[in-house]
Amino acid sequence: MRKQLTQRIGFTLLSLSIFITLIFLFIIIYFIIIRGIKVISWEFLTQPPREAMTEGGVAPAIIGTLYLTFGAVIFSFPLGIACAIYLNEYSPKNYIVNIIRLSINNLAGVPSVVFGLFGLTVFVKYFGFGVSILSGSLTLGILVLPVIISASQEALLAVSHSLREASLALGATKWQTIRRVILPSALPGILTGLILSIGRVAGETAPILFTAAVFYLKGYPKSIFSEVMALPYHIYALMTEGIHPDKQTTIAYGCCLILLFLVLLISLTAVIIRQKQRRFYE
Amino acid sequence: MLRFKENLYRWIFTIMAFASLVFLVGIVTILFKEAFPIFKKIKVLEFIFGKYWYPTYQPPEFGIFPLIMASLWVSIGAMLVCIPLGVGSALYLNELASPRQKSILKPLIEILASIPSVVYGFFGMVVLAPFLQNLFNLPTGLCALTASITLGIMATPTVCSIAEDALSYVPNSFREASFALGANRWETLIKVVIPAAGSGISTAVILGMSRAIGETMTVLMVAGGAAVIPKSFFDPVRPMTSAIAAEMGETSMGSDHFHALFAIALILFLTTFLFNIIAEFISRRYRLKLGLNI
Repeated sequence: MRKQLTQRIGFTLLSLSIFITLIFLFIIIYFIIIRGIKVISWEFLTQPPREAMTEGGVAPAIIGTLYLTFGAVIFSFPLGIACAIYLNEYSPKNYIVNIIRLSINNLAGVPSVVFGLFGLTVFVKYFGFGVSILSGSLTLGILVLPVIISASQEALLAVSHSLREASLALGATKWQTIRRVILPSALPGILTGLILSIGRVAGETAPILFTAAVFYLKGYPKSIFSEVMALPYHIYALMTEGIHPDKQTTIAYGCCLILLFLVLLISLTAVIIRQKQRRFYE
Repeated sequence: MLRFKENLYRWIFTIMAFASLVFLVGIVTILFKEAFPIFKKIKVLEFIFGKYWYPTYQPPEFGIFPLIMASLWVSIGAMLVCIPLGVGSALYLNELASPRQKSILKPLIEILASIPSVVYGFFGMVVLAPFLQNLFNLPTGLCALTASITLGIMATPTVCSIAEDALSYVPNSFREASFALGANRWETLIKVVIPAAGSGISTAVILGMSRAIGETMTVLMVAGGAAVIPKSFFDPVRPMTSAIAAEMGETSMGSDHFHALFAIALILFLTTFLFNIIAEFISRRYRLKLGLNI
């Protein structure tokens, strides 16, 4: 009997822990949707801010986030996929691979604000790009590189060995095998990883604090060397700067809702792709 | 010609594979180079154990002990939230949930992981802080406690997914052997599964801690920002990350303050680096122990 009781108590505690975790999820999403939805309007999505950030919309911040994300992605996708291909297909199994793997793992653990400092010294000052879309994109690109590498590597690992061997047996070279056989079958997996990394980049704030973002920009950025407004930074700035805290908080709710919507839409796409692919293999 | 092309591709991939190493070395070099000048003016030990952080006073004081203590308090507080929640959720998902439940619960936890840190910070500021302020009758809701809870929720999915991975590596034969000996599910869980996955779970905890120490936006918005040594969880604090993020914009390039902030970043980097190495080491030994060949 006592055994039964302990088991029941134990299982209840475990259920409770996941229940509490999910309650927090629902509270966060509930508050942001309920209070954010009031602010959202066509004007809010398409107009620049007016009257010291208390009126108008946040269009430049949305556009800025898209620019930064896109920039980070075109920089880090090729690099990340190439690295994964090397580690999985070409690399000899020796200490060099271990060093690369170790550096990827550690790069993934570097605090995001440290990436910001790196971007500030290297891209903003040393290369002279200034506080700009370019500097911010490169910094975000480095931050997300480990995510892309490990996702792509996982996808490549899932490609069965018999496919590889069949292609080689037909007389295809290594590169032909990679390009025509391995990459196409790993594509859905790689894509999932890439989409998830886009979600990560879109929400990052600390790396662009000193490398790209400004609170207010007149008009829209004109080139990759201009400063830019970004949605996550805008939320932070609305909450900590300015002179009309109440009105700014309302607007910040709207920004949070847009950001959350973007990020969740992105991860939902990834989940759907993954499930389709799983069904395909079953 | 074909041979040449093959070799060319091999070289391209090899060179690009070294990118992460280059960036990591680059980060280390920059941190050391920019942090070095401050240590010519102040001794390393004085910097770390100095009790006063008044970088803008005349003369300035660069002691980061309050910042280190703030980071510690907040991260330990976060651990108290995220270890039970994260490990408990992982155990539930892996041992109790039906496949159907799992297919609903896991994506929900992943959603929690994908919420940007600035949104957590915002939530902490507008919902959690006023709530805790009323509850405990505090002068301000922006304090170490609020930061700990917010960070803890944030780190929960990280801990949960790594711990769940570790649990899924425990071979089913272990469980079956335990059932065969007459143990019930709870006893099997406590006496067989958790010890077998123990080092995997501790990896999860270490990586969660590393994430909590390095997290910037949440603590910047929620922790309150006072650079004094905290005496209780209700004090406003200024962890290392938020000191860097808040002050870097106001310093001039190459000033003592600038270099001091890089020195903080260096210490932060070395701490998380150490945590990651330990986690890597433990998880490698764990896989060997279970006879997994990875």
